[in-house]
Amino acid sequence: MEQIEHTYPAKRKVINRAHVGVVSSGDMEVLLEPADGIDAHVFIRTSVDGFGVSWKAVLDRFFSKYDGAARIQINDAGGTPGIAQLRLEQAVEASEQ
Amino acid sequence: MTDKRSSADFIHRQSFIELDARERATALFDAGTSRELLGPFDRVESPWLAMQGVTPQEDDGCVVMKGKIAGHAAVVVALEGAFQGGSMGEVSGEKMTAALDLAYANSKKGTPTTAVLLLETGGVRLQEANLGLAAIAELMGSVLLLRKYAPVICLSAGTVGCFGGMSLVAGLASYVVMTREARLGLNGPEVIEQENGIDEFDSSDHALVWAIDGGEQRFATGLVDALVIDDTPQVVEAIRRFVGKGVPAVHRSSQVELYRSRIKALDTSRQWDPKELRTLWTAKSATEGKQ
Repeated sequence: MEQIEHTYPAKRKVINRAHVGVVSSGDMEVLLEPADGIDAHVFIRTSVDGFGVSWKAVLDRFFSKYDGAARIQINDAGGTPGIAQLRLEQAVEASEQ
Repeated sequence: MTDKRSSADFIHRQSFIELDARERATALFDAGTSRELLGPFDRVESPWLAMQGVTPQEDDGCVVMKGKIAGHAAVVVALEGAFQGGSMGEVSGEKMTAALDLAYANSKKGTPTTAVLLLETGGVRLQEANLGLAAIAELMGSVLLLRKYAPVICLSAGTVGCFGGMSLVAGLASYVVMTREARLGLNGPEVIEQENGIDEFDSSDHALVWAIDGGEQRFATGLVDALVIDDTPQVVEAIRRFVGKGVPAVHRSSQVELYRSRIKALDTSRQWDPKELRTLWTAKSATEGKQ
């Protein structure tokens, strides 16, 4: 299991928290909640080691659109980058409903 | 259960199996009455999985909710079959036990509180072996306490089913509800094949596995109280009905003589097939002791 952390700049506060997904083979859960400061923080725990570059690419793309000051935790059981992108977008959608 | 389904029924039904644990639990409550206890943001996760290189889930695959079902106070505990096979670890076991004990305390104080356990589980989580076994022992004790005051209802919708130590918990329940897709048994088919060989049980023969462990067979032989179609409104209706029934006069697990006599009367010198057992052990004979 590998742990990965990243910080991204944010422009606005996050109001509601959201939880989506299941730590099931090929899937992941995402917990999104308001962060204390003015940045967004991402904490990843993944069962598959050695894919730090792929995670960074997914997050770079996600944060090119998302500007909320969120604390995001991802518990991953081998989801593909596509699944990661979908789960992140689903978490944002759930938190902004 | 009526099984005259047209393709239109099939398309329009709202599958219960396709819901995750949290959605399943929420679906059972009267609208707007439920709230989750120790949810994922409380971050009470297994301390043992990460040490073994397994990614934990924040709720440890166990969703606890409190609210009302058909107007009665109730607690629902749903196991997430997709996370580690719904296995019982230290945290998930303690969450379920605590929920049952909470229901027991409320029931004793004069508010009978039904417990509904949604069991999609292979039993003890191997990574937490001894703690999982202890959890199941505690759970069984808590079911026995609560079921004197309020019904304990177990639902296995599938597709994981209910095996291992958790099948013992289902055995102690006041009522058990299954779908055709679910399976219920002590040793899972793979375990039997591994221990006693493929001649004993071929776990890749799905027709055989479901003929023995499947919901339809379990209902036909009186080990289950209701067989429901995988449709959320019908599952909810069945649970509401059993919540309303209250504590049964005699629990299935108290009918020791009935089940002993059944096994005693069975000629074990020849191989019985599942259909013969249905005629021998009818659902009707299982309820004989209840009146």
